[in-house]
Amino acid sequence: MPDFLPPAVWLLAGAVAVAMTRGGLRSVILLLTPLATLWAAWQVPDGVVLTATYLEHAAELVEGSPVRRLFATIFCIMAFVGGLYAYRTASGTELAAALAYAAGAVGVCFAGDLLVLFLYWEVMAIFSTVVVFCGATGRARAAGIRYAVIHFLGGVILMVGIESVMVGTGSVDIRALSANNLGTWMVLIGLLVNAAAPPLSAWLADAYPEASPTGSVFLSAFTTKTAVLTLILLFPGEPVLIGVGLFMVFYGIIYALLENDARRILAYSIVNQVGFMVTAVGIGTETALNGAAAHAFAHIIYKALLFMSAGVVVYRTGLNRCSDLGGLFRTMPLTCVCGIIGALAISSFPLTSGFTTKTLISEGAAEQGMAAVYYLLAAASAGVFLHAGIKFPWFVFFQKDSGLRPKDAPWNMGLAMVLFAAACIGLGIYPDPLYALLPYPEDADFYTPGKVLFYLQLLLFSGLAFFLMLPLMRRTLTLSLDVDWLWRRALPVAWYAVADGLVAIRDKARKDLAAARRVLGDWFAEHWGGEGLFARSWPISTTALWIAALLAAYVLVYYL
Amino acid sequence: MLPEVPRVDPATEDHWLTRPVTVRRLWWLLGAVLLLTVLAQFAIPVKGKFPLEGTFAFGAWYGFVCCVAMVLAARVLGWWLKRPETYYDATDNGGEEGGDA
Repeated sequence: MPDFLPPAVWLLAGAVAVAMTRGGLRSVILLLTPLATLWAAWQVPDGVVLTATYLEHAAELVEGSPVRRLFATIFCIMAFVGGLYAYRTASGTELAAALAYAAGAVGVCFAGDLLVLFLYWEVMAIFSTVVVFCGATGRARAAGIRYAVIHFLGGVILMVGIESVMVGTGSVDIRALSANNLGTWMVLIGLLVNAAAPPLSAWLADAYPEASPTGSVFLSAFTTKTAVLTLILLFPGEPVLIGVGLFMVFYGIIYALLENDARRILAYSIVNQVGFMVTAVGIGTETALNGAAAHAFAHIIYKALLFMSAGVVVYRTGLNRCSDLGGLFRTMPLTCVCGIIGALAISSFPLTSGFTTKTLISEGAAEQGMAAVYYLLAAASAGVFLHAGIKFPWFVFFQKDSGLRPKDAPWNMGLAMVLFAAACIGLGIYPDPLYALLPYPEDADFYTPGKVLFYLQLLLFSGLAFFLMLPLMRRTLTLSLDVDWLWRRALPVAWYAVADGLVAIRDKARKDLAAARRVLGDWFAEHWGGEGLFARSWPISTTALWIAALLAAYVLVYYL
Repeated sequence: MLPEVPRVDPATEDHWLTRPVTVRRLWWLLGAVLLLTVLAQFAIPVKGKFPLEGTFAFGAWYGFVCCVAMVLAARVLGWWLKRPETYYDATDNGGEEGGDA
C-alpha cells in the first residue's frame, strides 16, 4: 500500500464529488480539492515513487522532479483561483469537467512513463472538450467537435510514436529523446499538436473563445502548458523547436492584430506566448529551460487574468467583439485595472512577472550566441505589447464610448482577478521564490539599469507605433482564414460538389432507365401483351402440329 | 441569454479622461516619457552581446520599426486572409442549421 495517492487522483475524486453535489457543499469541494492536491504534489519526492503492474507492464504512476512539481503547483493554483472565479456562475458540469481536466494536467506532470502520460493526456482531451461544450451554443458545440477531432488525432499520433519508441528501445521511460526516427518524430508531433504548433494552431483560437466566460479561463491554462512541460522532459535542445517556436510567436501576433473578438485576441496570444517557451526548449540550455518553465508559470497567471478580465466583460455584456465594446473603464474600473496589469505582464513590462521570466529566454539565446533568435525574440516582445499589451485593453475598455454601462465584476470574480494581478506584480518585483522552484539553479537579476531601460524603450516605442498606426487597425467584422479552412470549407465544399455530382448522375440514370423501360415495355407489351405473338392463346391444333414437328425433328437428329 | 446592459447615449456623456484637452496632454506626456527614455541612454549604457544592440537607443528604434513592420504585414495578410464572420456558417453546421450567434 503506497503512503500516498497520485496527486491527480485527488482532483479526479474532487471532480466526481463536484458532479454529484450542489450548492455550498459543491463550492467547498471545488475550492478545497486543488489545495489538497497542491499539498499532495509537494509530498512527492524526486524519482519514481509509485508503480503498478498492468498486463506485465510495470507502470510508473508517479515520478517527482523539481520541474514536474513546478508545473503541478501552478496547475493546482490555477484550478483553485479558476474555481473561485467560476463557482457562482458556471454550471456543475463545467466545474466538474474543469477539475477533471486539471486532474489530467497534474497527472501528466507526475507521469513516470509514456503510457501513463498518454492516459492522462487523453483525460485532458476528453474533459477539455466537455468544457468547450459547456459554452452551450451551436457554435460552441461545432467548435468542440472540431477541437475533439484534432486532439484525438494528436493522441493517436502520440500513441503510435510511444508504441514505436517502446518497440525500438524496449522502454517507455520519460527521458530526453531526439527526433531522429519516425517513432520519436511521432511523439514530438503528438506533443506539438497540444502546444498549438503549426500547422495545427487553429484549434486553439477556434475553440477557446466559444467556451463560456469561465470555461475559457480554465482552457487557457492546462493543455498548452502540459505540452511545454512534456517538451522540456522529452525534447530539450531539439533544434527544430526553435523554428517552430519562432513561427508560433509571429503567427500569434499577426492573427491577433487581425482579430476583432476580444477573447480570440487573447487566444492567439497564447500561441504567441507558448511559442516563446517552445523556442526556449529548442535552445535547451539550463538558462533557456529555466526560462521556459518560469515563463509557463508566469504565463498561466497573467493569461488567466486576461481571460478573467475579458470573461467579466462577456458575462456582464454578452458581447465579444471589440467593435461592439469600448469605454468600459467608466463602470468597470477593477476589471479594467486587472486587465491592464495582465496586459503589462504579458508584455514583460518591468515590475511584472513577464519581465522576470521571459527575459530568461532571451538571455538563453544570447548566451548561446544565437543573434537571429535573440533579435526575433526582441521583435516579438515588442509585438506582444502591440497585440495584447495595448490592443486588448484599448479596444475593450477605452477607444470610443460604446455607451455600455455594465456593472463591474461580481465579488468572487473580482477577488480571483485581484489574487492573480497581485501575483503578476509580486513575481515581477520579487521573483526569487519562483526561481527557487526552477529545474536548475538560477540567480539572474534583470533589474540592471541597462536592461530596464532597453525594455522601457522597446515597449514604449511599440506603444507609440500602436497609436500612430491606429487607423490601419480599424476593427472589421471578419474572421481570418487558417489551415482549418481545409476541413471547415474546402473539404465540405468539395464533398458537396461530389455529392451534387453523384445526385446528378443518379437522376440522369433514373431518367435513362425510365426511358429504357418505356421502350422495352412497349416491345414486351407488343410481343407478350394480351394480343402479342408470345402471349395470345393458340388453337390446340396448332400446338399439336408444332409438337409433331418437334418430335419429327428430334427423331431425325437422333438417327443421324 | 444575453444579460441586460444599462446603456447611455455616448454623445451626451462627458468624462475628464476622454476630453480633447486631456487626450492632448496625454500625448505630450507620452512624448516626454519617450524622450526621457532615449535621453537616459546618455547616462545609462545599454550593454548588449550583439552588434546592433550597441547602436544608440536600440530598443527605441528597433521596437518602433518592428511594430510598424508587423502592423503592415498584418494589413497585407489581412487582404488575403480576412473573410466575413459568416464565412463558415453554412459548412460548420453541415449546411443545414444556422449556428447560434
